[in-house]
Amino acid sequence: MSRLASRLGALREQGRSALIPYLTAGDPAPDATAGFMHALVEAGADVLEVGVPFTDPMADGPVIQGACERALAAGMSLSGVLDIVTEFRQRDNETPIVLMGYLNPVDRMGLDTFAERAQKAGVDGVLIVDMTAEEAPDVVPTLEDAGLDAVCLIAPTTGDARIEKICAKASGFIYYVSFKGVTGSASLDVSSLAASVERIRAKTQLPVAVGFGVSTPENAADVSRVADAVVVGSALVRQIAEHGADRDATQAALRDTLSAMRRAIDEQDNTQGEARRA
Amino acid sequence: MNTPEPQQLDPGTPLVHAWRNMPDVRGHFGPYGGRFVAETLMAPLDELSEAYEAARNDPAFMAALDNDLADYVGRPTPIYHAERLSKKAGGAQIWFKREDLNHTGAHKINNTIGQALLAARMGKKRIIAETGAGQHGVATATVAARLGLECVVFMGSEDMRRQATNVYRMRLLGAEVRPVESGSKTLKDAMNEALRDWVAHVDDTFYIIGTVAGPHPYPAMVRDFQAVIGRESRRQMLERLDRLPDAVVACVGGGSNAIGIFYPFLDDEDVQIYGVEAGGDGVATGRHAAPLSAGRSGVLHGNRTYLMQDDNGQISGTHSVSAGLDYPGVGPEHSWLKDIGRAHYVDITDTEALNAFHECTRIEGIMPALESAHAVAYAQKLAATMKPDQIVLVNMSGRGDKDMNSVAEAAGESL
Ligand SMILES: Cc1ncc(COP(=O)(O)O)c(C=O)c1O
Repeated sequence: MSRLASRLGALREQGRSALIPYLTAGDPAPDATAGFMHALVEAGADVLEVGVPFTDPMADGPVIQGACERALAAGMSLSGVLDIVTEFRQRDNETPIVLMGYLNPVDRMGLDTFAERAQKAGVDGVLIVDMTAEEAPDVVPTLEDAGLDAVCLIAPTTGDARIEKICAKASGFIYYVSFKGVTGSASLDVSSLAASVERIRAKTQLPVAVGFGVSTPENAADVSRVADAVVVGSALVRQIAEHGADRDATQAALRDTLSAMRRAIDEQDNTQGEARRA
Repeated sequence: MNTPEPQQLDPGTPLVHAWRNMPDVRGHFGPYGGRFVAETLMAPLDELSEAYEAARNDPAFMAALDNDLADYVGRPTPIYHAERLSKKAGGAQIWFKREDLNHTGAHKINNTIGQALLAARMGKKRIIAETGAGQHGVATATVAARLGLECVVFMGSEDMRRQATNVYRMRLLGAEVRPVESGSKTLKDAMNEALRDWVAHVDDTFYIIGTVAGPHPYPAMVRDFQAVIGRESRRQMLERLDRLPDAVVACVGGGSNAIGIFYPFLDDEDVQIYGVEAGGDGVATGRHAAPLSAGRSGVLHGNRTYLMQDDNGQISGTHSVSAGLDYPGVGPEHSWLKDIGRAHYVDITDTEALNAFHECTRIEGIMPALESAHAVAYAQKLAATMKPDQIVLVNMSGRGDKDMNSVAEAAGESL
């Protein structure tokens, strides 16, 4: 079983929700990222989502756009992201890593080369935002042949037939986009979320992560009530933007932000657990 | 008894005729095109494809479109023999297809009329668009005003500076112009921003893309709306001159005016087809906007096509004196026409385009848009290598009124 599947599976058995922080690799500089990743693990991350910067991140709001611009200005590339993962793995061989990005950099490197290098570096899963199941029948098999999970997006606009098709191809987990919009917008609607997650659960055993729009500990707790995993991105990336070159201050801010969410999720899990036992 | 020869499928059919079947149902032109978008947009794109298929097979919709093209846009636009320019070039006869005479001053309105009628038919109340030179933005604001639809146009802040008059025109027409400050602050970034807005407002919003790029069905749909240029030209050539042109020339930004005039000539194998990209400071300098001349296959804005990109797959900055050509990608059908060799893609530098602008203005009394001036410049070069009884048809895609600031700036003057 993959590192990703076993980590998420174990959490599910314990009745705990996974917390998945996102940051853009190379923001604000390539040598900062591995340190930030370790800090996030210490603050309670179960899985790390590492963004591959792209010049034209069309599904991202201004916060992550800014991160991409800073990272690219600092010389980050897909190859560089894989080096960061290798560096991180020297101290942490447990925490699963999912790369999230856009197709063109992967296309330029070549899918086969990318899959092989990513696996060697210690990547566990890959999510390519603008790669749909229809366009790339070969992407999922190539990733899986290399031992990588192919994480797929499902959106509020995705119909039941497509949900089934996507779930049949995906591995690792399903990433449900909580609302119609780009990353970092604040319009989480928890009431409709439960029904959407149920719609996906009806089609798959894979864990369902929910992302886009989780910015406060309350949001995180609300989402963890209905989903297997909570993804938080812009709220963390904003900390990196605000603290600029001061690495220690950034790490402290990342730790504070994430551990507040961790506590809120754990409390929610405990309450839910007690309610179930009662 | 002899065994019959196994029957050959399509014996000897030249590849070019495959254009009739393009794109396939999922929007592929050979290896190009398709639909590379975030999942949220897949359902709205399916909805759009279905609505467009239904509309184009509905005689009432097509009749309404034809009426608007005639009474509102002013079609058919004439073809014009640029005699003095031809004489100066010293070879073939240069003719212009006068898209500059359309309402709002460019070919862009052929497409916005079509898409706005479709938006209204789909019950959408809000229109968004991206714009570079501002011509597509103006053409969109115009049809939105006419149909009473809310309109938001995304425009790079660098382009807003270059095309200040068009910004004001859009505002007069009731559109909101939203400056885009990200990336290179030009057309590609405006398109990113429009896609982001669409994701957030898919229920009530129709995104009118201004060129033959974007995810399926846009490249095919915009081509179909622009193909009126080529259909008219072909008929007019036959009526006036009883023959087809030897060459057709058009500038290529995203490629909508070009595909519009090329498409109906693709089967006429004796007609040479030339798309002219923006050579900027010269393709060798790297400061240009010529993906077909100097780019590689990649994925941007929902389709696979030739792109200007670096070795890491990041999209490169572009440069052109003309905002409407300042785009790192190109419509996927052009990528395919290049690969199969049916169309030739060439480039013209800023300086050559500016010279052609001045020459055309001074000796024909026609001020071309800087985009169209690229086509004029190449036509002059090409005509010089041809015989006087041959014909070069140029798509005069728009008029240059919007470019007074850029032209003055290039001449070191200020208005
Ligand atoms: C007059 C004119 N011609 C050409 C273009 C380039 O677009 P396309 O290549 O889609 O025709 C523009 C774009 O703004 C334009 O305004």
